[in-house]
Amino acid sequence: MRRGRFTGYWLMLPAGLWLALFFVIPFYSLLATSLFDPEGSVLTGYDVDYHFANFVDALQQFWEPLVRSLWYAAVATAICLVLGYVLAYAIALKAGKWRTLLLVLVIAPFFTSFLVRTLSWKLILADDGFVVDTLQFLQLLGDDGRLLATPVAVIAGLVYNFLPFMVLPLYASLEKIDGRLIEAAGDLYASPTRGFLKVTLPLSKPGVVAGTLLTFIPAAGDYINAALLGSPNQRMVGNVIQNLFTSTGDYAAAGALSVILMAIIVAMVMVYIRTAGTEELV
Amino acid sequence: MSLAADGAAHRASDRLQGEGRSLRLTALTKEFATFTAVRSLDLEIPAGTFFALLGPSGCGKTTTLRMVAGLDTPTSGTIHLGADEITYEKPYRRPVNTVFQNYALFPHLDIHENVAFGLRRRKVKDVDKQVQEMLALVELEAQARKKPPQMSGGQQQRVALARALINRPEVLLLDEPLGALDLKLRRGMQIELKRIQTEVGLTFVHVTHDQEEAMTMADTIAVMNSGVIEQMGSPAELYENPRTTFVANFLGQSNLIAGAVSSTDGDVVRVDMHGTQVSILADRAHVRSGDGWVGIRPEKVLVEPLGEPLDAPGNHLTGGVITDVSFVGVSTQYLVMMPWGQELMSFEQNTGRRPVLATGTKVDVSWRPEFAFLLPASQDVNAGVVEES
Repeated sequence: MRRGRFTGYWLMLPAGLWLALFFVIPFYSLLATSLFDPEGSVLTGYDVDYHFANFVDALQQFWEPLVRSLWYAAVATAICLVLGYVLAYAIALKAGKWRTLLLVLVIAPFFTSFLVRTLSWKLILADDGFVVDTLQFLQLLGDDGRLLATPVAVIAGLVYNFLPFMVLPLYASLEKIDGRLIEAAGDLYASPTRGFLKVTLPLSKPGVVAGTLLTFIPAAGDYINAALLGSPNQRMVGNVIQNLFTSTGDYAAAGALSVILMAIIVAMVMVYIRTAGTEELV
Repeated sequence: MSLAADGAAHRASDRLQGEGRSLRLTALTKEFATFTAVRSLDLEIPAGTFFALLGPSGCGKTTTLRMVAGLDTPTSGTIHLGADEITYEKPYRRPVNTVFQNYALFPHLDIHENVAFGLRRRKVKDVDKQVQEMLALVELEAQARKKPPQMSGGQQQRVALARALINRPEVLLLDEPLGALDLKLRRGMQIELKRIQTEVGLTFVHVTHDQEEAMTMADTIAVMNSGVIEQMGSPAELYENPRTTFVANFLGQSNLIAGAVSSTDGDVVRVDMHGTQVSILADRAHVRSGDGWVGIRPEKVLVEPLGEPLDAPGNHLTGGVITDVSFVGVSTQYLVMMPWGQELMSFEQNTGRRPVLATGTKVDVSWRPEFAFLLPASQDVNAGVVEES
């Protein structure tokens, strides 16, 4: 039987439909919203009048939470990378028969809702909670010092919530490394530290790239942690967008800000992937 | 190879020449939770030799190698290099390098950097020049910037060798380095390895289960079985005068025939073998009284049709019948059923002196007394028999 010229395209149809339904249409809708006439309201209705000034207005008004979001996400990603690498390394290379159990424990938090877990952190970090009490006792925190409503609490929440997204790809790439390569490094005069830096770390790079992307991208757009653990001084761009959409009803500004955030993240990811090299990722 | 590359290769081999020290293992033992891999091993490997540890899988040869490399810690016993004890020295502080079984090349580094790895860790000067010379020695200068996965098995093997050799180790350990190559490439690499070893004069300790590989390359072979060394010596010595049934069967093939010592007369031991008196030289008789196994290599066994004169005067057996003939081009392999119900193997060169004998031919069998050996009857006649696969 002769294979039709279009067989390949037919096979792409399910993926194409899926993309259209869940990416192209919502993205188009968001883009259209970002170009609404800002004079519109729920009562008078909205028109797409290619009002590009929305982007400039949004940036002028909200650059602060935007920069803060990227900054918080970057700090949280860096902390996740350090903690997650140690954890993934221990599970992949040192845990032996406990490996599966430890992996389940990494995923275990997902069995409870994101919101509930973040709320419980609110209790843990509360002003009269034991964490603040202990830090005050150790003089690490002033007598009227607090954790809630500080950047520390928001970043800690981000780290907590996104750590598994760092650990799992790191684990996957560390677990794949052939132990004989590490032995070979030792045989070739590399101390355990040099062997780690010259062999294990470079070979785990695909996991580092995947883990940092999976952590940074959702962290930059997160609003739950800032809403529950922070104050208006810690509000992130996600909080602003949520507020504009649900309270103020300023759809045009919310849409413009969303598109800006997306564009910034895509640009950063592209630069990152170019420099980190991802031939192993694709 | 170009003249320039030839020069570089020579510089590499000159650079490698050095005063080595002998490697000495004393009462070396390695116990794992459920079994003893190496049992009180004593071994001295003189500097500059090509030494093979030969044995079936699970005999402890790789564990021995790993203990010398520092990758496994002995349960007891010591390892000395010259006068220095290195039993518990960290692997990265030992002047010993390994060519790993699956090469263990670093996939994220190109060939040049793989070979440079050991020198860079030791902060040696003019690394690039040395690497180029070393790559010339293994004839891979043109591939320096390729990554290991882009290379063939034989090329990867040479990179692994270069990566270890460039460090001028006092002892180079080779863990079944040719195991992953196909037969033809393996033969080529055997000759290559031997050439490089002769050129650089370093001590090579080669672990293998392939007896032909060990015999082709090694100056000295130690045959290992169940954690102990059965016999050690030059390939010819082991082949011609095995001391145990394991060595007789594992290193090549042997006919082992039950017999009983009837008399000892100076240099000759007389054995009654199913009614026939055969004589064995005293230095090849590893039992002097009682029962034993008379051993004879198949290519030493001559067959002639009944009544034809036998080429080798000496031990002479009659009443054989050919039960199987395998013509393999260069030689013919016969199985001869003897009157006592045992099939003897005989390998005959196809010189064309007479036609190949047919199955069912009645034959006489003989061998020269100086080729036979005698082993204790207490040893398992099937020890070390390599299963045909």
